[in-house]
Amino acid sequence: MQQRISHIVIWLFISILGASAVGGIALHRGESINAIWFIVAAVCVYAIGYRFYSAWVAARILMLDHTRATPAERLNDGRDYMPTNRWVVFGHHFAAIAGPGPLIGPTLAAQFGYLPGTLWILAGSVLAGCVQDMCVLFFSTRRNGRSLGQMARDELGPIGGAAALFATLLIMIILIAVLGLVVVNAMKHSPWATSTVIATIPIAIIVGIYMRYLRPGRVLEGSLLGVVLLLLSVGGGGWVDQQPVLRELFNHPGLPLAFGVIGYGFLAAVLPVWLLLAPRDYLSTFMKLGTVLLLAAAIIVLQPEIKMPALTQFVDGTGPIFAGSLFPFVFITIACGAISGFHALIASGTTPKLLSNERDIPMIGYGGMALESFVAIMALIAATVLEPGIYFAINSPAGIVGALPSEAVATISSWGFPVTVEQMDALAKAMGEATLFARTGGAPSLAVGMASIFGSAFGDHLLAIWYHFAIMFEAVFILTTLDAGTRVGRFMLQDMLGNIWPKLGRTSWYPSVIFSSALVVSGWGYFLYIGVIDPNGGVNILWPLFGIANQMLAAIALCVCTGIIIKSGKLKYVWVTALPLLWLTILTSTAVYEKVSSDNPRLGFFAAADDLSQKLASGVLPPEKAAVAPQLIFNQQLDAWLALLFAALLWIIILDMLRMASRHLRGLPVPASNETPYQRTQLENNQAEDNKPENHGLGATS
Amino acid sequence: MPNKVFVRRSKLLFQLLLSKLQQGWNLLRELSGDDAYERYLQHQALAHPDEKPLCRHAFFKQAQQQKWQGVKRCC
Repeated sequence: MQQRISHIVIWLFISILGASAVGGIALHRGESINAIWFIVAAVCVYAIGYRFYSAWVAARILMLDHTRATPAERLNDGRDYMPTNRWVVFGHHFAAIAGPGPLIGPTLAAQFGYLPGTLWILAGSVLAGCVQDMCVLFFSTRRNGRSLGQMARDELGPIGGAAALFATLLIMIILIAVLGLVVVNAMKHSPWATSTVIATIPIAIIVGIYMRYLRPGRVLEGSLLGVVLLLLSVGGGGWVDQQPVLRELFNHPGLPLAFGVIGYGFLAAVLPVWLLLAPRDYLSTFMKLGTVLLLAAAIIVLQPEIKMPALTQFVDGTGPIFAGSLFPFVFITIACGAISGFHALIASGTTPKLLSNERDIPMIGYGGMALESFVAIMALIAATVLEPGIYFAINSPAGIVGALPSEAVATISSWGFPVTVEQMDALAKAMGEATLFARTGGAPSLAVGMASIFGSAFGDHLLAIWYHFAIMFEAVFILTTLDAGTRVGRFMLQDMLGNIWPKLGRTSWYPSVIFSSALVVSGWGYFLYIGVIDPNGGVNILWPLFGIANQMLAAIALCVCTGIIIKSGKLKYVWVTALPLLWLTILTSTAVYEKVSSDNPRLGFFAAADDLSQKLASGVLPPEKAAVAPQLIFNQQLDAWLALLFAALLWIIILDMLRMASRHLRGLPVPASNETPYQRTQLENNQAEDNKPENHGLGATS
Repeated sequence: MPNKVFVRRSKLLFQLLLSKLQQGWNLLRELSGDDAYERYLQHQALAHPDEKPLCRHAFFKQAQQQKWQGVKRCC
């Protein structure tokens, strides 16, 4: 009884604290607000969501059964399927879902002010993103770890399955292109960043050889060696930057760097995994976890002030970083920090094959996403601790604010965000860069934010080191996603091509490997190329397209979940996934509609194409712009059709799900639910805890 | 003698610390896959005692190849 009361008191306290923190953030209108309130609000919201909502969903809708044997136990092969410690599964799951998305999205969305992004990251994750991850993880666990595509085919029908598979491949291509663009913009005319990022390739190869031949399978030793080398490479880049001859070797404009990234992507896809991809992934995982922990500790200890206003005038859609009004583009831009369709691919497939007990599903599915969302909050903090004038000067493309520094500061200051050329020059000098103007893509501004947070802890003389450490960390992370994504895209493509000519489907046949890798690389390479030559900064085009695609994949995953919930006879609880699905459908459909039909050339794809064609015809374009104009016009039209295709795929799947649901509700036959039959667990660990009450710790959320 | 109690208590505390460190180390090894081969040997001995297990080198190569067949990293 006493314990019960103390529980009630504690949760009441957390609720009041969380509500006041969120309320304080939302209603605060002053010069600045302390970042610690964001951390308090986030931790309380996740704790409440985890303790109450996830437990309710687990008990009422999923009906987790801790006596049921999981696929890891029944199909244990010591490799793919293996009952694993819950914390280890949590670690693997989190490492897999945490990518560069939640670092970049919130940074870009900060152009609307700190408030919209924060509210959506918190609400979207606890009500939609975490629920999606947890439900998909559960349904896949009950189906021997089947993938999202397979579940879509089994539960909805062949049309839904094919659409899901095709959508995944397209999203992968857009994602890699935009990530490549972020890296290119971080390396542009920066010998320090470029040499450090290039050095990560031989470092990964050294680690790969170490783990493969010198000390096979010694992952920790190899990773430690690699991390030390990576840190040295940050210092080494600084040295290169000081050498007049050497620095010119690494001083390049965007286009050659883009071709470098494309060539690298192709090599990484065809080289054996042990040589480049696997060791790079170990390094990226350690760097990622280390940096995220360091950033969290720095924010908690230093409690920086947020200087961005709660809302900026750009909620009306005139933002310099990307065009489009608050609704729907703040949601589209945040993407992975609140709900990410990609997580559904990890939550089906890999993670369910490791679960030793269904009881761990809320912690891993819901808790993992809550932690990812926390990373997004930290990225938002790092972007908004900058003076808004500096934030906009770094992130606004030259095509919007003017190519000359004096033009750029005049434009940005006229918006009410004062900034001077001297200020920007001093900042660039402190960060060891030639310039920080028009470094679109989110990585440089995040790095400046992180460097200034770390710098206030360790002294300003290390700012340049911190800046390039942050750039290296983001690049390692992004290049890992680029490698892994290209490879997955290749497998998917080979799978599809195998239907046409079986030989092409053989993943070990080298001509097919080369051919399909080249196809995937030229797919994303094309968008990357266009993104680099676009004077308005390709981010304005590519990030919304990626956001739409990602949110659409989430909608597909929620469709599958909704379909299964209806089939399992729990119609009265269907809103748990149906409401997020409805919201995402409204979001993505509105975003596609605006991107296609808007008359504003910055927003609408067709409007941009028409606008550029007119300018080209009337001869007002300077020669270098006229030369690339036809490509840009074609690309805008292509993007419009691509967006329409995304929307069409989503609606096909929704209609397929509704058709299935209405047949089921009218008592007509539908594809049978493929849940594997009950089998009692034999694992001692699970049985011993049979009688214990469910243990809902808070550990997973903070 | 309070001194004796103190010594015994600090010994216990030290042991506890040591075992916690050991646990943390084991978790780190398992998380990173550093002990994957040992786990594989255990599994083989239990499930297929008649088969000859792969050597460390071959196991690691196969495990890596297998790991990177599907979607393992996302945005």
